Amino acid sequence: MPWAEALITSKAAGQEVAEEGRVLAYVDALHEALTLALELDPKVFVLGQGVNDPRGMFGVTTDLYKKFGEDRVFDTPLSEEGLTGICAGAALNGTRPVYLHNRPDFLLLTFNQLVSHASKFHYIDNGQNNVPMVVWSAIGRGWGSGSQHSQAIQGFLLGVPGLKIIMPSTPYDAKGLMLAAIADNNPVLIFDHRWNMKAKGVVPEGIYHIPIGKGVYRRRGEDLTIVGTSHTLALALEAMEDLDKEGISADVIDLRTLKPLDEEIIFESLKKTGKILIVDTGPAMAGVCAEIGCLVAEKGFHDLRGPVRRIGLPDSPIPAGFTLEQYYFPDKDRIAKVIREMVSGA
Amino acid sequence: MIRYPYNELEFTFSSSPDETYEADFLIGLYRSMLRIRMIQEAIESRYHEDEMKTPIHLVIGQEATSVGVCAALRTTDQVYSSHRTQGNYLAKGGSLKGMMSELYCRLNGCAGSRGGSMHLLDKSVGYAGSSAIVGGSVPIATGAAFGAQYLKKDQINVVFFGDAATEEGAIWESINFAALKSLPVLYICENNFYSVCSSMEVRQPKVDIYKKAGAFGVNSCRIDGTQVLNVYEATREAVKIARSGGGPTFIESVAYRWRGHGGAGDDSASGYRDPEEVKAWQKFCPIDGLYKDLMKKNLFDETRNSSMKKEIQDEIEEAFQHAINSPNPEEKDLSTYVYSD
Repeated sequence: MPWAEALITSKAAGQEVAEEGRVLAYVDALHEALTLALELDPKVFVLGQGVNDPRGMFGVTTDLYKKFGEDRVFDTPLSEEGLTGICAGAALNGTRPVYLHNRPDFLLLTFNQLVSHASKFHYIDNGQNNVPMVVWSAIGRGWGSGSQHSQAIQGFLLGVPGLKIIMPSTPYDAKGLMLAAIADNNPVLIFDHRWNMKAKGVVPEGIYHIPIGKGVYRRRGEDLTIVGTSHTLALALEAMEDLDKEGISADVIDLRTLKPLDEEIIFESLKKTGKILIVDTGPAMAGVCAEIGCLVAEKGFHDLRGPVRRIGLPDSPIPAGFTLEQYYFPDKDRIAKVIREMVSGA
Repeated sequence: MIRYPYNELEFTFSSSPDETYEADFLIGLYRSMLRIRMIQEAIESRYHEDEMKTPIHLVIGQEATSVGVCAALRTTDQVYSSHRTQGNYLAKGGSLKGMMSELYCRLNGCAGSRGGSMHLLDKSVGYAGSSAIVGGSVPIATGAAFGAQYLKKDQINVVFFGDAATEEGAIWESINFAALKSLPVLYICENNFYSVCSSMEVRQPKVDIYKKAGAFGVNSCRIDGTQVLNVYEATREAVKIARSGGGPTFIESVAYRWRGHGGAGDDSASGYRDPEEVKAWQKFCPIDGLYKDLMKKNLFDETRNSSMKKEIQDEIEEAFQHAINSPNPEEKDLSTYVYSD
């Protein structure tokens, strides 16, 4: 088994779920969300390169086509740009496509249709049309994924009006946000993370929606505010577990949605702690970290009692090799180091 | 030098000489082309006033393609366009007042002054929109066809685009998918030989465009786009195939762009094409051609022609006045419809 897969599996095996209720793996929560959406609404269809193959997109779509038929769940040509436009055209004509990609890297091929078409129509059609479509992909990391299979591109898309961007970190949110995204009347991007796929959590049965644009506190504390999403937030929580023993406490905010951004929860916490660390799976430069950092400087300056800090990816391409990768990506120890610096004022 | 002589073109489909039409139908085609021409000329003549603060892409010389295609469609069939929107929009029945208000950037424009001349729409007549990115509407129209097929709607979906759009990858991705799924979509390539100022010869090897589409397994043909009945009959055939589940058709309709790529007037004196080439093609005017034909068959006369022109002129003037007297958007209109509820 590739080491990344082994690591994800071993972590999941050791994970304890404290809450009461039905426990599901992340990937099964997503599978259940798609099943429920397909059952609920005949206008929903699911497509993507590999959705019907035996591995079923990490398990997110496994065997869905057997239950719902290949008219509603189908494998596609690799034509990412064309098919994004096809989804937009189908969405304009009364359907609700859910287009899945193995990696966000492939979305770079779709920007013409995503940025210049799907996200613009509602506005340039003066509200006469809407484009209810979901584009899902899973960020990779590890086992040689390298510069073209590990990119996290949410930051590139933050400035595109009309798009919504979701980045869950728990099975509960993954299901509720997927269902909310499919019900939404706008183009919605969901970036999941491959390393979250086996995480376990309590997931209620049936349909429920998590509101798009609402963050949530994962921990409460006094010394600083940590905001982020997805896998990096999971790393920050691990770091805080270690720092607990050192008497350091933090508000850890899982934004869950990057666009629209829940500014309220960020400023509420910052007012109390006066210090903020922003973590993201994407580049630190000109991305999520940069945007939130700027927002804090602009609107929360007088609450700040120390410099804004960010942990994203360095401004260099992602290496493929194992050793270089260990230096490249943030881990819980690196995050903990920055937190210690922030708390001690160093 | 005439780079693209009309007489050297080879067509793979032409209208049947045995086909007979009601006079009203033929006069209707004539009127529709004439109306588009007169509207274009009116816009052109007032463009220098700088009150229509939007790019314009005139379709003078190419009217037969828009009119012939749309004459074979139902109101519920959906039409998408490239940046050269006006002929397609008007031929499908798009509101002239809505278009003029859009060109004058008014609040009651067909896209509320958010689309401009390159993004017109009139949903009430099945004119579904356009894209200012060359080739951009092709996947969208293909998706409309997929949506129609998925929802089992009896709806033909048509997309107009230029020769240069066939240099974009996504159109072949779309055609591949349409052929794969037998989608009810018509690809209408309006080949006018020039992309802005770049001629076909610097952009494509000498392979006929319609043949490339044929290689994807779709029906394809090349027609004389100056002859409205050619366009009509080729489209009618394609529509019949698509409605019966036979999948897409690609029609390369060849007609010359008498004006520059954008703005008013012919810019051939700038040197990218020979003004003689423009003159040579003007001999094959789609409107004059049909007019002469109607006269020859005694289906029409000069008096009716004059009163038709007067009627159109009045309609145009009224549409201009409507647009000029309509309110501008206000600042509060800026941020509506960013997201749909």
